[in-house]
Amino acid sequence: MATQPSNTIPVKIRKQDFSSDQEVRWCPGCGDYAILATLKRVLPDLGIPREKYVFVSGIGCSSRFPYYMNTYGIHSIHGRAPTIATGIRLANPELSVWIITGDGDGLSIGGNHLIHIMRRNVNVNIILFNNEIYGLTKGQYSPTSPKGQVTKSSPYGSIDNPFNPIKVALASGATFVARTVDRDTKHMAEVFRQAAQHKGVSFVEVYQNCVIFNDGAFREVTDPQEKWEHALYLEHGKPLVFGKEKKKGLKLTGFHLEVVELEDPEQTDGILVHDQFNPDTAYATLLAELTDKPDMPIPLGIFRSIETETYEEAFFRQIEEVKKMKGEGDLKQLMLTGDTWKVD
Amino acid sequence: MAKTNKTVVKVDDVTVRFAGDSGDGIQLTGKQFTRTTALIGNELSTFPDFPAEIRAPAGTTYGVSGFQIHFGSHPIYTPGDKVDVLVAMNPAALKVNLKYLKPNAIIIVNVDNFTERNLRLAGYTQNPLEDGSLKGYQVYPVQITELTRKALEELELSQKEKDRCKNFFALGVVYWLYSRPLEPTIEWIQKKFAKRPELAKANILALKAGRNFAESTELFASHYKVEPAKIKPGIYRNITGNEALSLGIIVAGRKAGLDIFVGSYPITPASDILHELSIHKNFGVKTFQAEDEIAAIGAALGASFAGNLGVTATSGPGMALKTEFMNLAVMTELPLVVFDVQRAGPSTGMPTKTEQADLLFAMYGRPGESPVPIVAPRSPSDCFYAAYEAARVAIQFMTPVIVLSDLYLANGAEPWLIPDLETLPPISKNLAQTDEDYLPYQRDPQTLARKWALPGTPGLEHRIGGLEKEENTGNVSYDPDNHEKMVKLRAEKIERVRDILTEPEIDGPDEGELLILSWGSTYGTIVTAVKELRDEGKDVSHYHLRWLNPLPRNLEYYIRNFNNVLIPEVNLGHLSRIIRDRYLVDAIPFNRVKGQPLMVQELKETIDQILAR
Ligand code: SF4
Repeated sequence: MATQPSNTIPVKIRKQDFSSDQEVRWCPGCGDYAILATLKRVLPDLGIPREKYVFVSGIGCSSRFPYYMNTYGIHSIHGRAPTIATGIRLANPELSVWIITGDGDGLSIGGNHLIHIMRRNVNVNIILFNNEIYGLTKGQYSPTSPKGQVTKSSPYGSIDNPFNPIKVALASGATFVARTVDRDTKHMAEVFRQAAQHKGVSFVEVYQNCVIFNDGAFREVTDPQEKWEHALYLEHGKPLVFGKEKKKGLKLTGFHLEVVELEDPEQTDGILVHDQFNPDTAYATLLAELTDKPDMPIPLGIFRSIETETYEEAFFRQIEEVKKMKGEGDLKQLMLTGDTWKVD
Repeated sequence: MAKTNKTVVKVDDVTVRFAGDSGDGIQLTGKQFTRTTALIGNELSTFPDFPAEIRAPAGTTYGVSGFQIHFGSHPIYTPGDKVDVLVAMNPAALKVNLKYLKPNAIIIVNVDNFTERNLRLAGYTQNPLEDGSLKGYQVYPVQITELTRKALEELELSQKEKDRCKNFFALGVVYWLYSRPLEPTIEWIQKKFAKRPELAKANILALKAGRNFAESTELFASHYKVEPAKIKPGIYRNITGNEALSLGIIVAGRKAGLDIFVGSYPITPASDILHELSIHKNFGVKTFQAEDEIAAIGAALGASFAGNLGVTATSGPGMALKTEFMNLAVMTELPLVVFDVQRAGPSTGMPTKTEQADLLFAMYGRPGESPVPIVAPRSPSDCFYAAYEAARVAIQFMTPVIVLSDLYLANGAEPWLIPDLETLPPISKNLAQTDEDYLPYQRDPQTLARKWALPGTPGLEHRIGGLEKEENTGNVSYDPDNHEKMVKLRAEKIERVRDILTEPEIDGPDEGELLILSWGSTYGTIVTAVKELRDEGKDVSHYHLRWLNPLPRNLEYYIRNFNNVLIPEVNLGHLSRIIRDRYLVDAIPFNRVKGQPLMVQELKETIDQILAR
């Protein structure tokens, strides 16, 4: 049995074929719109027939997503989408399964399932909309809200240390880890495309602006003026440089990354070259930690992408091996297992 | 007990309990005795009594492992209230099992283990074999360790290896006591130790030595014979409740043409279901050990959405965690089978003890109006049919179904006449097809079940979820009238499950003084009590429920036909509450919650009291 979503059949589907008849009900200006539009643009290019897509979500603003896609979908329980997605993949590994989750859904109530689906390397695509706030419940701090953030449930400032979603993914053994941002749809589209093509679990954090409860949380990387000084675009095989004129680079000093000023953007000797295929998570973790450090750039792009056996491959291989060893199960035989005796 | 000749006493039924340290091979000894007893044609029922600790220190009371078998020349429905013979391999085994003995019961002890140290470990200040405290029993102290060593003197085995054979010596003694042949066990030993012939030899020697010892010494005044029972011809096997649940679901998957997807998280006493099903990957069974109870049912429901039959197995604490997913299954109307192997609660409670106290939870324990069909098997082998029926209802009605088994059934075992699978009713699934105008929540006019549209089918793309659905279209709806309609439709659908179920029949006259109404694993006890009461000329009828939701149509008729309705349960009155509520009848509850099955004797006494009123 194929354990990959098949993409061999040539299909002509267009962006609008993915729109359901349901009215989209996010707040005007919400970052979710851009994500929805971008995914609809990417899916037709993947060569997977529409009926093979399944969108699975939990609860939260982002989790309304499946209703707006004209594909198969389940809007499930808060935090539990990874469990359902795992069941779907194991029931039918030819489906392309996408998990839509948020910072509260995925990292708070559903934290356990998120780390386990990543450690197992189930071949699904996880899109985590990170807006650093609870939107649907009207504005409480989330597990990614910065310490000190004033919200409805933290009127004197949140005292929680936040999660860094990329580090959670790396620590859980995710084989594809990336970050993008709602305002840069071109970048987002490319990240989604790569995530979809990755064999194994893909984890994508999307910085998503909640206009109502946390407007501007990601201004540093979305503001047209500011962003060049703060966004570090990761490109495999390219040096880690940023700044409007690409005159800042990252250098490894001891166990730390350090920002160095470059005289000439072409002269990048000593600047670390991005290697998304580095099997060692230490490198990607160093990059991920930049996010939490003041005065350091925020990486966007693919942190890590490696290929290992997927859960489904192992799962179905084992079934095949057992079948080979024992033969196709014979019910009559099964009923007679163990000691039997005849009464005349 | 009847006819006596010089040395052989004929008896109708006997209960034997083997007990010793976990390392004494008690379970194995019990299983061998069971096997031989089945082969010579007795009816029987068994129950293992595992210690709560995994590796308790040797000699302690909490490390005692027990195995009880009740066998006879007439139908046997329970592993026996009280014990006729106790084989106690050490003082601790004697101490914890004394409470199960009948007056004048036979106690065979391994006197070699009654050392000062072992007595102390068991909490004895004096040797019970010497202080007269066992007056009222027939005590047979046997030097089981010494005699086994002597029998194996010639063999070149270590002392430790020789001592491991002592359970077979004890088995040999009991075989003689109940006139059982040695051959089945000898054959078994030869097969089991085919690769270690010296061990095979040792175990066989020990077995024979035990039998010879019992026969040649004048140890026992007499020995006993239990004639074969009249048993329906056919091929039999022994089966536990958990094995039967597993087999039932595998067969159901095959019959329905569906793969079975089992999402489970280890929990006592349900883990054996996951173990058993994990073996059978070549039967279209997929097993997934999830990260927690929630993930287990979540993955199962996901698999059901994508076209497998999702199954999850758990016990009380796990049931609590699965509640929200049960509700999602109710709302999304997907098939799902939930095995709840009940244990004594609440919370962690007593994980190795039985109880029936999840009924009200299964029935009502979900937020919102959330009806779920519930089926309860009545014996270990009946678990097979319960699982099969549960799957059938789940698939045909697109609903989660709860199977309420319990620890008593799960670990208990009985001989099972292997059924002809052709006789099982077919399971039909109503799959939506590409070329139809598919509406996700359009219902079959008969069953009210919606159609199952499998992801991957072109043209049937649709979204489901926990939000209320608009009738037919399945779109999200907050419309008040629609909600009320959907709540009622979901309830009505479960009521209609009745249409495909066979109603239970009453056992006894269909009107009279006393009706005993019961469900689940109390069946064996009640049938035994009823039979004994009838033999005493008393007028009692028994009606045993199989499906607790929906309740059968004929139930009300019977309830109204009797002056008294007695409802025995291993809880504080779950079914009796439901019956009082539903039929406004003053049902009499009979409740015990001791982590043990109901006892025939105490039930009989209660019935006698009611009849005497
Ligand atoms: S509350 Fe925030 S996240 Fe939710 S829809 Fe509105 S803007 Fe978007």
